[in-house]
Amino acid sequence: MQESYPLDVDAVREDFPILDRKVGGDVTVPGESEGDTKPLVYLDNAATSHTPDQVVDTIVDYYHSYNSNVHRGIHQLSQEASTAYEHAHDRVAEFIGANGREEVVFTKNTTEAENLVAYAWGLNELGPEDNVVLTEMEHHASLVTWQQIGKKTGADVRFIRVDEDGRLDMDHARELVDDDTAMANVVHVSNTLGTVNPVAELADLVHDHGGLVFVDGAQSVPHMPVDVQTIDADFFAFSGHKMCGPTGIGVLYGKEHLLEEMEPYLYGGEMIRKVTFEDSQWEDLPWKFEAGTPVIEQGIALHAAIDYLEDLGMENVHAHEQLLAEYAYDELTAYDDVDIYGPPGDDRAGLVAFNVDGVHAHDLSSILNDHGVAVRAGDHCTQPLHDKLGVPASARASFYIYNTREEIDKLVEAVDDARQLFA
Amino acid sequence: MGGGSDMYRQQILDHYKNPRNYGELDDATFSHTGENPSCGDTIRVDVRLDDDGETIDYVAFSGDGCAISQASASMLSERLQGKTLDELEAMDTDDVTEMLGVDISPMRIKCAVLARQVAQDGAKLYEGELDDLDVTKTED
Repeated sequence: MQESYPLDVDAVREDFPILDRKVGGDVTVPGESEGDTKPLVYLDNAATSHTPDQVVDTIVDYYHSYNSNVHRGIHQLSQEASTAYEHAHDRVAEFIGANGREEVVFTKNTTEAENLVAYAWGLNELGPEDNVVLTEMEHHASLVTWQQIGKKTGADVRFIRVDEDGRLDMDHARELVDDDTAMANVVHVSNTLGTVNPVAELADLVHDHGGLVFVDGAQSVPHMPVDVQTIDADFFAFSGHKMCGPTGIGVLYGKEHLLEEMEPYLYGGEMIRKVTFEDSQWEDLPWKFEAGTPVIEQGIALHAAIDYLEDLGMENVHAHEQLLAEYAYDELTAYDDVDIYGPPGDDRAGLVAFNVDGVHAHDLSSILNDHGVAVRAGDHCTQPLHDKLGVPASARASFYIYNTREEIDKLVEAVDDARQLFA
Repeated sequence: MGGGSDMYRQQILDHYKNPRNYGELDDATFSHTGENPSCGDTIRVDVRLDDDGETIDYVAFSGDGCAISQASASMLSERLQGKTLDELEAMDTDDVTEMLGVDISPMRIKCAVLARQVAQDGAKLYEGELDDLDVTKTED
C-alpha cells in the first residue's frame, strides 16, 4: 500500500534517527532506559515534530563555525551570523508568500506572536465600542490572549459557533461580524477537530466590515502549502518546532503598513536606531519587534527546516498526511464505542482526536504508551471546546511526513487492547 | 505487556469498575473535595469518625475521572477504616503506590495520590491545621 503514498517514507525516516529508538522503560531517565521494549510509534506531531539530521547539522554547524551575535560585531563571524539570520527571514517570507523580510518577525512561538499583536496593536487600538471575533475552536494562545485584552480594553469578545460536524457555522459568523469588528482571530486548522477553516472567506467577510484578520497557522503551515496573500491575512503566526525546526522560534507575519504603524511590544537593544536620555527611535522592520539578542540559531535552523520540507514538496506532505488521517479515521470509526471529533476522514487535516467509551483519555494514553504509541491526551489547550464536546479530555493522534499506515495499524491495535481491558 | 501496562492490573480495573464505598455520607464527621485540574479528575471523600474523634469508622468517596484516580480512592476508602487520623496523615506517596500494587509512571502519579491528598487535607481542615482551603488541587 505504501507505494501509492506520495512520499518515500523509508527515505524520510532515515533522516530522523529518533524514530529508531524504543520506548517502554523508565521514563525518568530520558534516552537511557534499559527496559525499552517497543519500537516508538510517534503520533504526537501536532504537539511537536521531530527534527531531521539536516536541521540538526545546521545547528551544529552554526555553533562549530560561526556562532556570534548578530548586527553588532564588525568582525567576520558576526557578519556571517547576521547574513544567515537575515536570510532566514527572507526564506520564511518566500515560503509563506510575504512581500519580504520586513513582514516577517521572529518570535519565541505562535503564542508570543499572538501576544505581540494583542499588546502592540490590541491594547492601543481597542475600546468598549469594538469587538473581537474568535471561534469556539480557538487554541488558548489566541482565546486567552484576546479574552484578557478584552477585559483590559472593554472590547467585546465573541465566538463563532462550531456545528455538530466540527465546522464553523458561517451563518453565525455573518451574524457576529459587524462594522464594530476590529479584529477576527481564527485558527487555520483546528488542533483538536482537524477542521480546515475557510479563512479566506472569513477574511473577506471581516475586511468588508473594515476589520483585521489574524490567522493562527500553527497547525497549517507545517502540513500544507500556505500563501498569506491568497488568504489575505493581515497577521499570521506559526511555530518552528512543529515543522521540523527547533523549539524557541515562532513567526509573526504582518502586512508591512500595519507593522509600521504599530508600537514595539518589547523595548531594549537591537530594536532601536537612536537613543538619548530623553527619547528613542525605532529600528526598521522587522528588527523593531525583535528586541535583545534574537533567536539566531533557531532562525537559521528554521531556514533549513523550510528547505527540507520544500524538498519533499508541501503538496506531497499534505497529501501523505491526508491519506493517513483518512485511514486512521476509517479504522477507528469501525468501533462503535470510539467517538471521533471533527469532520470526516477525507475532509480533515492530519490529526484525529477521539475517546473510547468508559476509558479516560489519560488511561487510554497510558495503554497506548505500553504499545510504544505516543499520542497527546488532555484538552490540547482547547478547554472550552472540550466543555462543548462534553468531555474533560481526548486522545489525539497526529501525523507527519515519517508516519506510515503500519503505525496507524499499531495505534488501532492498541486502542482495541484498551477497549478490551476496560470492557 | 511490559512497563506501565502493569498499571492496569486486574486489581485496579476491578476497583475502577466496581468502586467500593462509593457515595456520600449523611453523617460524615468531615468531607472534602479535590480535583486534578489538568485532566478533570474529581474526588470527594466523606469520613465518619468513632466517638473517640480519632479513629476512622467509615469512609465513602465519590467523583469522576481516570481509572487510576478512582481506583486509588476506592482502595483508600477500604484501607482507612480502623486507622487513626495520625496514620492517615502519615501516608506518603510510597504508601499509595504500595497500596495500588503497581508501578505508576511519573506522568500519572498525580492521579494516584489525589484521593490521599483530599483525605489528608480534609483531616487537617477538621483539626484546624489548615484554613482558607476550599478545594484540594494537585499540581505538578
